[in-house]
Amino acid sequence: MSSVLYDVPGPKARRVSLIGSVIGVVLIAALLAWAVMTLAQQGIFQAQRWAIFGQADVWTLLANGIGATLSAAAIAAVIAFPLGLLLCLMRISDVAWIRVPTRIVLEFLRGMPVVLMMLFVLLVFATSSFIAVVAGLVLYNAAIFAEIIRAGIQSLPRGQREAGLAIGLTSFQSRLTIELPQAVRRMLPSLVAQLVVLLKDTSLGYIVAYGELLRAVQVMADFLGPQFLFPVFFVAAAIYIAINLAVSRLAIWIERRGSKKAAGGVAKAPTAGVSTVVK
Amino acid sequence: MDVIIESLPQYWDGFLRTLFLAAVSGIIALVVGTLLAAARVSPVAALRGFSMAYVEVVRNTPLTIAFFFAAVVLPRLGVTFQQFEVAAIIALSAYTSAFIAEAVRSGVNSVPVGQAEAARSIGMKFSQVLSLIILPQALRTVVPPLINILIALVKNSSVAGAFFVLELFGYGKQLANDHGDAVMWVLVGVAIFYLLITVPLGYLAHLVERKVAIAR
Repeated sequence: MSSVLYDVPGPKARRVSLIGSVIGVVLIAALLAWAVMTLAQQGIFQAQRWAIFGQADVWTLLANGIGATLSAAAIAAVIAFPLGLLLCLMRISDVAWIRVPTRIVLEFLRGMPVVLMMLFVLLVFATSSFIAVVAGLVLYNAAIFAEIIRAGIQSLPRGQREAGLAIGLTSFQSRLTIELPQAVRRMLPSLVAQLVVLLKDTSLGYIVAYGELLRAVQVMADFLGPQFLFPVFFVAAAIYIAINLAVSRLAIWIERRGSKKAAGGVAKAPTAGVSTVVK
Repeated sequence: MDVIIESLPQYWDGFLRTLFLAAVSGIIALVVGTLLAAARVSPVAALRGFSMAYVEVVRNTPLTIAFFFAAVVLPRLGVTFQQFEVAAIIALSAYTSAFIAEAVRSGVNSVPVGQAEAARSIGMKFSQVLSLIILPQALRTVVPPLINILIALVKNSSVAGAFFVLELFGYGKQLANDHGDAVMWVLVGVAIFYLLITVPLGYLAHLVERKVAIAR
């Protein structure tokens, strides 16, 4: 697409853009240099501040933080997905007294900050912070999964359902055995993208005092002294971003794989998920 | 139940601050996000690279990390704020602009190729093609996803409550501490005020989506 927007740059345009790029790079380098100088003045780069990463305890704490982050995300995802399927089936049920209340509940859950749900579970049910984090993540993401799968079912050709009903399946059987499997498959990229959101949202556990990665940083800074805050934060942020990037890459890979199959005859995945997966 | 009516002044103050945070960060993020999207499709390779790297990194950074950086780490490094609202606005707009950039870029890709070709064939420069022809059409098609991003921004602003800003969530925590016997109602009150913003916005997105669908 990008090449459609402009002519192939000639020698003059190439020169201008090269000069501009060089100036830009120099500016960014200057900014970085200023930041590094400021940090150096604070003594951030003194070797003993980073020497703590030579201690096994620091890595144990960080590893515990990562473990807590990943286990909350994994458990929440495993519970949220079936719940999302169930909510989706209820949302598109033929029976009005199931469909309408489900719709209201879904609107409610989607319009709510996740951290508020975590705090609600933590304080009202007086649970551990782990359960609060998982419950908050499950409630929110089940609602999002339900909406994504619903979008998938609605994007199927109508003939799928008609054919199911025509061979004598009940409405529920048709949903379960014909429509759901196709919808989940179509929406796989959106679902995995939502998993990234879920993983990111575990960091909200910091606010309800769950011992995840960021909380581990805070604990270490309190314990070792504030001068270690920056190094530990820096490493923890890098770990977080690396994990999320890896899962995002997985989502992109799944999407590519899906669209390759699409060329072989299966309909292309719709982009309706784009509007639902924002966070 | 009484606790909600009793604390209405706090709720109202928090509600206004949430709206303020979301509005200011939303406007900054819309502008920065559109510029990032423009950089992403520009002929200058350095701009494309910068925009791509920014979007990729920020989209994969948890919001709490961004807040922690702006509100806890930056002050330690000598960048102090008079008010923590500034830190919150920095974190929220930096985070949201990456999502806006992605949405706008997908809008740019959805504009038919002939539009850009026609614009170029009458002698327009890249900046003219983008600002006069492509972006006006692209932005129109991405209004529903943009509203969804703004809804997410309103909900994300709740994280500010954990970083020293007294908005809805911050007041919610405070009130829950003060009224230990009525925690549930306090938090239900907070939830109602959030829904007051997010549900109408969601309805608006739905309406716009239908309208766009008919126009196309």
